[in-house]
Amino acid sequence: MPWDRNQMAERAAQELEDGTYVNLGIGIPTLVSNYVGDKDITLQSENGMLGMGPFPFEGDEDPDLINAGKQTITELPRTAYFDSATSFGMIRGGKIAAAILGAMEVAENGDLANWMIPGKLVKGMGGAMDLVAGVQRVIVVMDHTNKAGETKVLKECTLPLTGTGVVDRIITNLGVLDVVEGGLKIVELADGVTEEELRAATEATIV
Amino acid sequence: MKKIYGSAAEALDGLLFDGMFIASGGFGLCGIPELLLQAIKDAGTKDLTFASNNAGVDDFGIGILLQTRQVKKMISSYVGENKEFMRQYLSGELELEFNPQGTLAERMRAGGAGIPGFYTKTGVGTQIAEGKEHKDFNGETYILETGMFADLSIVKAWKADETGNLIFRKAARNFNPPAATCGKVCVVEVEEIVPTGSLDPDHIHLPGVYVHRIIQGEHEKRIEQRTVRQRENA
Repeated sequence: MPWDRNQMAERAAQELEDGTYVNLGIGIPTLVSNYVGDKDITLQSENGMLGMGPFPFEGDEDPDLINAGKQTITELPRTAYFDSATSFGMIRGGKIAAAILGAMEVAENGDLANWMIPGKLVKGMGGAMDLVAGVQRVIVVMDHTNKAGETKVLKECTLPLTGTGVVDRIITNLGVLDVVEGGLKIVELADGVTEEELRAATEATIV
Repeated sequence: MKKIYGSAAEALDGLLFDGMFIASGGFGLCGIPELLLQAIKDAGTKDLTFASNNAGVDDFGIGILLQTRQVKKMISSYVGENKEFMRQYLSGELELEFNPQGTLAERMRAGGAGIPGFYTKTGVGTQIAEGKEHKDFNGETYILETGMFADLSIVKAWKADETGNLIFRKAARNFNPPAATCGKVCVVEVEEIVPTGSLDPDHIHLPGVYVHRIIQGEHEKRIEQRTVRQRENA
């Protein structure tokens, strides 16, 4: 059985090192915060907050307290607020240890596309280009194939790029791959998934 | 030093002109200068260029100026929540310049700090870098981005004293300080104006030197995505 969304998030949480500052993207990456366990992780929200807490209880929502996905959240004892220029200063400046992001396509050289489908989806890159350019380690969490069953793990991205050579590790429903010299290296297979199955669902060179 | 005005319309009097460039604070609908945006709509100023991280929703924030076709161009990082925006953009009625969010914030900060350009690695190798100067520093490639100089800054803060020293609240700070600094004139709307001397000088987020006009008003502060968790039964 390939991993489901929660199992992918749980696997991604293992990537986070104790005592670090981390940025989680929208979608499956948001679920990663449910699986950090005893690790001391401070979540950064790029709209200007370190120490992001869980959703508020009903009735406690504060319009001045949202995350980068515009969802109402809460603060923690360690929380600090700052402006957007400072927020991206710490991102661009390499102070954030890791970003866990979703993707539309990833290529074997670490190229990432996750912001635009020309003529179809024109929403914008938000903070994704700054994050992949600046944080120490970029981990992509996504389904291995799209809704049409086509692979998202490619030799070359076809969509407009978010960054070139930026991805370090890819966690999909089929397993874990690292971007290495010459292509991708299989680090781990999801429970019950064979190497042949993962290779068949991948266009990128596996070394 | 008279900075306090009676209404948003009075605070904007003499500052608006067709074709002008306005930098606005806010992230999504959080910390947006909603009263000043409404006053710009009422003034009917046209062909506006807005630098703002987002474009509001259809009926709130900058969205209300899209409805009246007062906006010619948006400089934003993310515009996904606005259907009318998408319609005007796809039909060619509205110009759009995507800036990565950190680049947008830094362009405002740099402009306000008198820095006309800076190099960043954000966007290298993407369509954002096309046509921009590339330069290597310490073996890495960076692109040149320009500081932003707006005709007018409109921002929202929580509290101001009578000299314009500002305090923001929680995540509503976001783009407001950098946006405030990059305009020739900065107009601020706050929830409360307090007597000068009542704010702790060590806790001022933006000094009054950046602030020219202030209004106090009632804010709707609309929530874009209300997310909650259930209370566990004790």
